Amino acid sequence: MQTTTELKDICTQIRRDIVRMVHANNSGHPGGSLGCTEYFVALYFEIMQHNANFNMDGKDEDIFFLSNGHISPVWYATLARAGYFEVAELATFRKINSRLQGHPTTHDHLEGVRVASGSLGQGLSVAIGSALSKKLNNDDKLIYSLHGDGELQEGQIWEALMYASANKVDNLIATIDYNKKQIDGSIDDVLTLGNLKSKLEAFDWIVLEEKEGNNLEAVINILNKAKSLVGNNKPVTILLHTEMGNGVDYMMGTHKWHGSAPNDEQLEIALSQNAETLGDY
Amino acid sequence: MEMKDTRSGFGVGLTELGRRNSKVVALCADLTGSLKMNDFKNENPDRFFQIGIAEANMIGIAAGMTIGGKIPFTGTFANFSTSRVYDQIRQSVAYSEKNVKICASHAGVTLGEDGATHQVLEDIGMMKMLPNMVVINPCDFNQTKAATIAIADHNGPVYLRFGRPKVPNFTPTDQQFEIGKALHLQKGTDVTIFATGHLVWESLEAAKTLAENGISAEVINIHTIKPLDEKAILNAVSKTKCVVTAEEHMLNGGLGDSVAQLLGRNNPVPLEMVGVNDTFGESGAPMQLLEKYGLDAKAIVTATKKVISRKTNYR
Repeated sequence: MQTTTELKDICTQIRRDIVRMVHANNSGHPGGSLGCTEYFVALYFEIMQHNANFNMDGKDEDIFFLSNGHISPVWYATLARAGYFEVAELATFRKINSRLQGHPTTHDHLEGVRVASGSLGQGLSVAIGSALSKKLNNDDKLIYSLHGDGELQEGQIWEALMYASANKVDNLIATIDYNKKQIDGSIDDVLTLGNLKSKLEAFDWIVLEEKEGNNLEAVINILNKAKSLVGNNKPVTILLHTEMGNGVDYMMGTHKWHGSAPNDEQLEIALSQNAETLGDY
Repeated sequence: MEMKDTRSGFGVGLTELGRRNSKVVALCADLTGSLKMNDFKNENPDRFFQIGIAEANMIGIAAGMTIGGKIPFTGTFANFSTSRVYDQIRQSVAYSEKNVKICASHAGVTLGEDGATHQVLEDIGMMKMLPNMVVINPCDFNQTKAATIAIADHNGPVYLRFGRPKVPNFTPTDQQFEIGKALHLQKGTDVTIFATGHLVWESLEAAKTLAENGISAEVINIHTIKPLDEKAILNAVSKTKCVVTAEEHMLNGGLGDSVAQLLGRNNPVPLEMVGVNDTFGESGAPMQLLEKYGLDAKAIVTATKKVISRKTNYR
């Protein structure tokens, strides 16, 4: 168990990793990655019982699935910092012959990744399948998944939401990265989700909400609360309000950094706002 | 000749698998009766998952269940097993190298009266284009049962295609099924007919008619379209030097397409393809539809005579 200060240092370093990875090949998705940094650090360094000595089946350990695969930079940086693979490998992100594909894949056996994601809307179904497999195996560890809010526009998500509550998949904590932005603009402008909390409750999920998704202590607390609610015949979801681009001032409050990379000058500004705490790769 | 549906071969095979392999789980999208999955469901209620009419979710759940060591068999009609969920299969199963068995009934026009919305004729093509995917189309009840049992031992995604109508059950009971191994059903010297699925029987019938006309036709059952038994095909063609392919599928993307590519690269000989020529099906009785769309023994005889005349001219 690490102190809050140590966890915050990991967040800062991961933010540096994200902007450097995206800058290095002038492509990738920094906005959502930065906004989910606290969630990933809370999950991998505090909440989950997991084994960095990776095996696909994940028996007797908690398992995480990233459904919105485009925020791969934050996941790769977290996995590397958590010891799944060497941090030096982050330098290969999106480059030819890399295991760190633009969107996550199992193809090259990257430790920590159990299914490909990128084409949106598929991860909740996969997470449910893995949760059912754990139940069949009498494995009491949990499944965690992360989904974009824009991703909820995909119909398969609602098939999965319906299935999970109808079948009491109560060993699953699905978090929604609720930053209210997508590529073409604000979600309300593109295709509003309306009253999302009411919709999820109507689908018979236990719905938690955290307004401060970039406050590390708040994220840890809401995940712990979610853990306390599993095993009650209902799946659990967290509406995690985050800020796209959080931690880099010029990337915050806009959808424009969803899928754009900073230039040299912008990179320096971003790095000046996030001190090197654990050593750059 | 005993008449049995291939989907019942799947059902019996799945039930047997349920008894011998506790890792096998089955998922169905509201077609348990049509897929003959009731016996598995009744014997293994904890390992049967009714997904509802939500095929995309079914494929995703199946992919997830492999994590932890389960061997999921999904069951629905071929159309809803492939074209409806192509991206889910592509990303969550094939690209992710998941050990999912996609079991698809009511393939082709012999689904019959429901009509073209349900008669998928493009599924072999879609599935064979996916890297990592094995594509199997057995010919009768016994072979479908054997194939169902065999694919549980193959570690990787498989597409297993079968059908609705009762058709002759002519291959041996309790046969061993070897993925990717072409089966010689009839010897012949003038032409080789490579057939798959329901059209294997039609090809054997065609060979009888051809024999009465003095033509010696070799018939080979290509139950596995991918991986293709290239060696067996090239060996046969090196002797007969002309080919007919026969399948209940579009000409584009099917068995004939695979054989033509192989021969084009290695040994281009006259080739005729029996299949559906760039059109949708329609309602009707299965045998009426096979006749109307040029997929019956008569169509195979016609194609064979044509290819033999081409071979003669070719010389």
